[in-house]
Amino acid sequence: MSSRAIEVTVCPNGPFLIRGAEQVIDVEGVAHCTTRPVVAVCRCGKTGRPPWCDGTHKLL
Amino acid sequence: MRLPPPRGPISSSLFDYMHEGPKAASSLIVRICEPSNALDDADLQIALWSLYELHYRSFDDIDERWEWDPTLLAVRSKLEDVFERALHHAVTDEVAKQSPQIQANARPCERDLASRFFELVNEFDGPELAKRIQKDASAEQIREFLLQRSVYHLKEADPQTWSIPRLTGPAKSALVELQFDEYGDGVAGRTHAELFAITLREAGLDSTYGAYIDEVNASTLAVNNVMSLFGLHRRNRGAAMGHLAAFEATSSLPCRRYAAGLRRAGFSEAAAHYFDEHTEADAVHEQLAVRAICVGLIDEEPQLEADILFGALCCLVLDARQAAELIASWEFLDHHAATMQTQNAVDAQ
Repeated sequence: MSSRAIEVTVCPNGPFLIRGAEQVIDVEGVAHCTTRPVVAVCRCGKTGRPPWCDGTHKLL
Repeated sequence: MRLPPPRGPISSSLFDYMHEGPKAASSLIVRICEPSNALDDADLQIALWSLYELHYRSFDDIDERWEWDPTLLAVRSKLEDVFERALHHAVTDEVAKQSPQIQANARPCERDLASRFFELVNEFDGPELAKRIQKDASAEQIREFLLQRSVYHLKEADPQTWSIPRLTGPAKSALVELQFDEYGDGVAGRTHAELFAITLREAGLDSTYGAYIDEVNASTLAVNNVMSLFGLHRRNRGAAMGHLAAFEATSSLPCRRYAAGLRRAGFSEAAAHYFDEHTEADAVHEQLAVRAICVGLIDEEPQLEADILFGALCCLVLDARQAAELIASWEFLDHHAATMQTQNAVDAQ
């Protein structure tokens, strides 16, 4: 697992899917550890659980 | 878990057979007549659920070899025919009531599947259970919701695991990636089923597998049975993945509301945690399920597109029926409580 390259997938009208990352740094510089092998990072800026996607983009 | 009590003639003769052995075998199938609406028929649904359960954790009071008993498989096949016909009718009727856009997206076409799929599930009109739970459901009503949901969530992800050997290529890899997360990413105690068991215990409910099977509604049994119907038959692999994708794509936003509702009604942080986890996890899973699994599957097998859409619609229709039955039971109880209060006030005068 640790040798896997970090991979970012852009979902149209949705989040970034990120595989292989251990941390995501938010806009305020705070590091958030990933707790799953693939995480969804908010791209619309409206999530209630930053930096993670919570599906809010579907309401915009 | 022991076999549940029967709920009518089908489950009664079936459970007699499962307890006592082949003497009643020939009479089993002829006893099954088609109910007017199989989706609402608790007898048919509990019989089918019990036959499917032989493939999961089975029952303490019957022989494990019943799993592959030819008579029981023949009974299951008959019940599945009835159930599948009812599903097709319900989906056709429901799509006809929805907007023209939903009707267009419910059929295969050239436009990319992912965009159409998200439009279909986002705009499908159903009862607003999540908003009710967020805003005004009582603690008792939320407990009833958790109880109904426990039948699935205590075996969460298991019916979809049947599909892994039926897929190939990128769709298979994506399904395994999704299931790995459902099962807690390899960390013992973190499977989603175990997280839901914590929620049940924190809410003062029994987290034993099958604890409430005697009490749950026909619509709850149907929600569970459809996943086994799709998962246990290779021919339904498209429907299984369409169902999974619709389930995941209708989870993240409602789970955020459920978590807020549990906190508002005074449940603990530990009780709400399951729904916090699903707000985040299912925002990942919906992308995997729609873009990697369903799109991956039709890249390999384009003829499965209609099945994927049918599976998705079965998920939306059955979840809506379950939500409507739950809300109706709350309203019945509210009405009953109000009538009792009025009566008590009259009596007091």
